[in-house]
Amino acid sequence: MNKMEKALAELGTMDELSARKSSIHSLHAGAKLLVTVAYIVIVMSFHKYDLSGLIPMLLWPVLLFQISGIPVRTCFYKLRIVLPLVMAVGLFNPFFDREIILRVGSLSVSGGVISMLTLMLKGVLCLMASFLLVATTPFDRICAALRAVHFPKTLVTLLLLTYRYVGVLTRELAVMTEAYHLRAPGQKGIHISAWGSFLGQLLLRSMDRAQEIYAAMLLRGYDREFRYAAERRFAMKDVAYTLIGVSLFLLLRFVNVSGLLGSLFVR
Amino acid sequence: MHMADALLAPAVAGAMYVASGTAAGVSLHRLKKEDEPQKLPLMAVSAALVFAGQMINYTIPGTGSSGHMCGGMLLSALLGPEAGFLSMIVILAIQCLFFADGGLMALGANIWNMAFYGCFVGYYLIWRPIIRGKWFGDGKGALRGRIIAASILGCVLTLQLGAFSVVLETSLSGITELPFGGFVALMQPIHLAIGLVEGLITSAVLCFVFETRPELIKDVKEADASLTARTSLGTTLAVLAAVTLLVGGGLSLLASSNPDGLEWALFGNEEEGYGANMGLDEEEFGVASDVADKAGSIQEKTSFLPDYAFPGSEDPAGTSVSGIVGAAIVAGAAVVICLIGGFFRKKKTKTA
Repeated sequence: MNKMEKALAELGTMDELSARKSSIHSLHAGAKLLVTVAYIVIVMSFHKYDLSGLIPMLLWPVLLFQISGIPVRTCFYKLRIVLPLVMAVGLFNPFFDREIILRVGSLSVSGGVISMLTLMLKGVLCLMASFLLVATTPFDRICAALRAVHFPKTLVTLLLLTYRYVGVLTRELAVMTEAYHLRAPGQKGIHISAWGSFLGQLLLRSMDRAQEIYAAMLLRGYDREFRYAAERRFAMKDVAYTLIGVSLFLLLRFVNVSGLLGSLFVR
Repeated sequence: MHMADALLAPAVAGAMYVASGTAAGVSLHRLKKEDEPQKLPLMAVSAALVFAGQMINYTIPGTGSSGHMCGGMLLSALLGPEAGFLSMIVILAIQCLFFADGGLMALGANIWNMAFYGCFVGYYLIWRPIIRGKWFGDGKGALRGRIIAASILGCVLTLQLGAFSVVLETSLSGITELPFGGFVALMQPIHLAIGLVEGLITSAVLCFVFETRPELIKDVKEADASLTARTSLGTTLAVLAAVTLLVGGGLSLLASSNPDGLEWALFGNEEEGYGANMGLDEEEFGVASDVADKAGSIQEKTSFLPDYAFPGSEDPAGTSVSGIVGAAIVAGAAVVICLIGGFFRKKKTKTA
């Protein structure tokens, strides 16, 4: 399977997950968007040594994964892209920050190790939060929510249209690449003699296609505004979800729950 | 070059959102003035094409490796900088949401690093002056030379700016302990090589479009080529090679003027400072690190229970050990949640 087919499969998986039914799926997209943003901002705001304070934040995505029935494996498959960069930046911390800030028995842990672990955990938590948003909310619902908070309509329409065509054009390029490799066996990528024409051909055809798309949009009554099927109102459960989420995050941010729990057992 | 959320402090992420948001606002405003609604599907299809096109591997002759094309330059050459910028925003948003390539909060920074430089700096400072200029003389061949030159220069320079911004944003966030100078010395040369290859591929695609449908490329009409006389491609390439070498060599010298940037940054030489090496005003850098210090001290004051976070508290071992025990309890709670969830799901599938 080449890169493009993999990307298509990933897109398909996300579409399929977001079309499922669960109590998380049925929440208003705006509420989920708000809570996700609050979650990420609060996770980001933890101090670089505050690993024990950050760990309880893990409970929220775990809870959401369980309630919504989204497989965790799909989420961690995506980590392969994020973690290398975070690791690359974080890996230097143990070398530059050698001050010992924690001793457990005879084992001493330096600040750099703690900050590296915090950095990685933050990376994983933020990724889980945005993954859960997209996996439990169809993309057009997210766009409708963005539009409801007066996000510019050009940008929202562009997002929706591009999202549609990403699938179409990726499939087309996957077929082209496959055809090219069948005619040029044993060759790793596109040869220099075809650098321009390979994508150029598709580019020209796509530009023409865009004109046809516009004509089709006009024929169906496009008047510079996308109409959505009546969006459900913000219900009681959406308000409750938002309030519980945000206040829980604030609580966890300002009270070190790990420390408190631990102090019950360790003196 | 996509940054993850974990690498940014909320203040930096917020500031980058404001900066990118302003640029997006200006672009939207200008597009509205142009009043070309038929451009919208064109932008969407081009964005989707660039998204997919970045996954193609181009074999670089003579080496075993492969390169990718540079989205920002291609889009602004075809659509103009404003429409190109908006299309890049959409690409980055989709990459972030569906492929976890870059974080949701870091999106503002990513837009700035990859779309702003590529579209606005790349177009106004590099693409337009070169295409409308008089390099290589008149004629179709010369114009093609200018397209190649503008693509390569544009990709190299905008990628350098982007890489430098990544370093600056990460350092200001105070997330990494990697010294500023060392990080710069690490990032810039890598992105110099990437930029060169990206530029070559982008120029190949643009040259193809120029040969078949020249009216699709921005500023080509304004360049008013008489399309008769033809300078030999050989001269064009020779001049171009010289320019690229000059720029490339100069930049990599700038990036690693001290052979061991890491060591140098570690044992810092005050006299030579960052100014001499990074082309940055020493005082300016001082201000920047001052801000970081201040942000750090504010965070220090606002952080609750500082003894968990900071060394030198009265009994760090005791509190930390309780932290570890507490974390273990939290982990246990997570496992219990999973078990309960699994139990209910099994029940559901049985009854269903």
